[in-house]
Amino acid sequence: MRLRITFSKSGALRYTGHLDLHKIWERTVRRADLPLVYSQGFHPQPKMQLASALPLGFLGRAEVMDIWLDVQPGNPPLQYKNLLQQAAPPGLTILEVEEVDTRLPALQTQVDSADYEVVLLDPVDRQALSQSLSALLNTACLERQRRGKTYDLRPLIESLSLLPEDASGAQRIAMRLSAREGATGRPEEVLGALGIPFESTRIERTRLILKSELK
Amino acid sequence: MLTPEQIDARLERLLLKVQKPGRYVGGELNIVVKDWSQYTTKVALLFPDIYDIGVSNVGLKILYDQINQREDALAERAYAPWLDMEAIMRSSGIPLYSLESHHPLAEFDILAFTLPYETLYTNMLNMLDLTGIPVRARERGATDPLIIAGGHACFNPEPMHAFVDAFAIGEGEEIIHDILNCYQSWKKGGGSRPELLRSLAGISGLYVPSLYEARYLEDGTVASVNALVPEAPRIILKRMVAKLPPPPTRFIVPNIETVHNRVSVEVMRGCTRGCRFCQAGMITRPVRERSVAEVVAAAEEAVRNTGFEELALLSLSSSDYSDILELVTTIGENFGGRHLSISLPSLRIESVSVELMDKLRDRRSFGFTLAPEAATERMRRIINKFIPDDQLLETTREIYRRGWPTIKLYFMIGHPSETLEDVQAIADLCKRVLAEGRKVLGGKAKLHAGVSTFIPKPHTPFQWVAVDTPEQIRAKQSLLMHELRDGSIKLSWTQPEDTLLEAWLSRGDRRLAEVVYTAWKNGSKFDAWQDQRRYEIWLNAFAENGLDPAFYTHRPRRMDEIFPWDHISDAVHKKFLFNDFRQSLEGQIRIDCREQCFACGILPIFANDRRANPGTYWKCPEVKSPVTRKREAVPAA
Repeated sequence: MRLRITFSKSGALRYTGHLDLHKIWERTVRRADLPLVYSQGFHPQPKMQLASALPLGFLGRAEVMDIWLDVQPGNPPLQYKNLLQQAAPPGLTILEVEEVDTRLPALQTQVDSADYEVVLLDPVDRQALSQSLSALLNTACLERQRRGKTYDLRPLIESLSLLPEDASGAQRIAMRLSAREGATGRPEEVLGALGIPFESTRIERTRLILKSELK
Repeated sequence: MLTPEQIDARLERLLLKVQKPGRYVGGELNIVVKDWSQYTTKVALLFPDIYDIGVSNVGLKILYDQINQREDALAERAYAPWLDMEAIMRSSGIPLYSLESHHPLAEFDILAFTLPYETLYTNMLNMLDLTGIPVRARERGATDPLIIAGGHACFNPEPMHAFVDAFAIGEGEEIIHDILNCYQSWKKGGGSRPELLRSLAGISGLYVPSLYEARYLEDGTVASVNALVPEAPRIILKRMVAKLPPPPTRFIVPNIETVHNRVSVEVMRGCTRGCRFCQAGMITRPVRERSVAEVVAAAEEAVRNTGFEELALLSLSSSDYSDILELVTTIGENFGGRHLSISLPSLRIESVSVELMDKLRDRRSFGFTLAPEAATERMRRIINKFIPDDQLLETTREIYRRGWPTIKLYFMIGHPSETLEDVQAIADLCKRVLAEGRKVLGGKAKLHAGVSTFIPKPHTPFQWVAVDTPEQIRAKQSLLMHELRDGSIKLSWTQPEDTLLEAWLSRGDRRLAEVVYTAWKNGSKFDAWQDQRRYEIWLNAFAENGLDPAFYTHRPRRMDEIFPWDHISDAVHKKFLFNDFRQSLEGQIRIDCREQCFACGILPIFANDRRANPGTYWKCPEVKSPVTRKREAVPAA
């Protein structure tokens, strides 16, 4: 059976990377006493697919992962949701569990774009910030380098806007960036283009948009 | 002092600048976070190396559980920050804080360090410094936390006497409660710090160094270590838990990759083999085993609580465990098909039977490791680890035949009276083992030879012996490097500088405290990490303090010499050790004391414990009749 799990990654888990998250999930499923499906071969790996690697330091409000369990399909997903939540470590909250067709393609290939919310920890003039955002959106081309290759960041920015200040008065920016293979926008690069240092921000990926949702 | 919220605000700006920030945040599964305002006694448990290495430490886990089970105390953890994080903490004014609640360590009542080995000493000083409290005990005031330490290195606590308020000698499960109870009464009574120390000195197994002074003879050796107050006992006898309590099962599950990320169940304590170089075997006596049922139940519960994929069964000599086959079979039956790998380190060659190997083979076990230590009959008799060549070859042949492609063999060079012929024999033996392996596995057979350098440790029969000089060590290592140049043989060895550092620290007297302080002040830390250890800083530290390092290492000891650690007792008589040393010079072996008791000292001293706890789980002979004379608390020195 293939289960699609939507979960949030917060608290201390902000400081765990993608590979560690894999391990955390593996152990969570094991503690929940659910039988993971393992690959064949000398070093069997559990069959789990995280939709998109979340960089170390980012919070995740609605991350998505598929796992394969060696059980008969048709069991109520709510039962799995409760078992997994009980077994989950602090910082991992299960939002939704649904059964999906095992024949669907790999989850990593299904992601279209991602929404981010960035909290600016240093005080910033809201007017000036608004103007920077507009200026960026009006730029035709933003040439950047990644791994020795040149690419244009601008088309990867699907939307960019100011959000209301948070409870402490900090400014917040929302952005939707392309997350397709070979065309992935990174929030740090957008922040760089806006002249905002990465160290003075708190970034949360709030949503992953799958291709299936666009139809 | 910064609040946890203030620390968190600073951390948020800084954590993404360091390697593996997950080391510094806590928030793991199975931690215990108590309400800070509600608990009277706050203890911080500290491992003086990075999180990756310290988080799985079972000794601290035992104390964590013992303390947190009390209604009136809490325990939290801290580890040494790596160099990058330390630099940031110092420049941003972030003091060392606990992982559970992010409270600065200076706010705790007691800081308890574990010192499993000596090369962690400078890290301990560094951590004290990072808490903001004075490193030297005599400079601390009434409001500073009490600094205590425990662990195997504390069996010679003298090099750290200037920095620790009280050393807990031996096992911690019971003494920690005595310490907490004593601390709480003192706090209620509103006494001074000196009054607390005198009160602590009355606890069996607790050594309060400031209540003693050391005197020296003309030749620099110890004349005596004298108690300065009546509360301080002349000899401090280690604590020994007669019946092992249930082992921990709610292990903390790190969120990042660390060392020994696994369930560890201690199957027994102590060792009866009597290998003459081995300090652990002496200081952890007597052997007390847990039952198969208890081990299996603990393993089950721990796997359920953690989801770890590896289970390690720990002891000093696993195959000596009375019911080893039953244990491995039961573990196999209960955990089979669960993608769990079982690790059974410390197997003794003689007791590794073909049957045992068969049981382990299916358990996705790790590479097979054996420790012959020596390769000639003469040396084997001297160190009392007598495994004949043919037994080793037969065992390794069977291991290769059962499909383990890699065997790791541990050897030790530098034993007393060792010659280059003895070292040559190590190389020859390795080649023969590999040749046997190639017969069954062809080119797939591999051998990993780990050759460490012997250090005569306190409380062993070899404590009178001198350490090999660096020249002698290098000559032996060169020989091995030259002889073992086969692509299928991996040779690893210990740098002489690391050997000497450990030798100085483990055999040092009180004067070494200034050397440790100077070395730390001049930048020494993470000495256990080969690329961090700075030998020249240590040599300069000796010179600056007018001490000759060779005094502590290359000088053979007088027969009647008083050692800096003689006032700390592990219940094994010094006379027993000396007799064993004399026997080694004559090449006489001593069999496993499960077979025959050699009256090392444990039984007379712990006779009442033995009589109150009969049964075969404790491997000393039974004590039936009451001990009529007064309990011998002071072993003959």
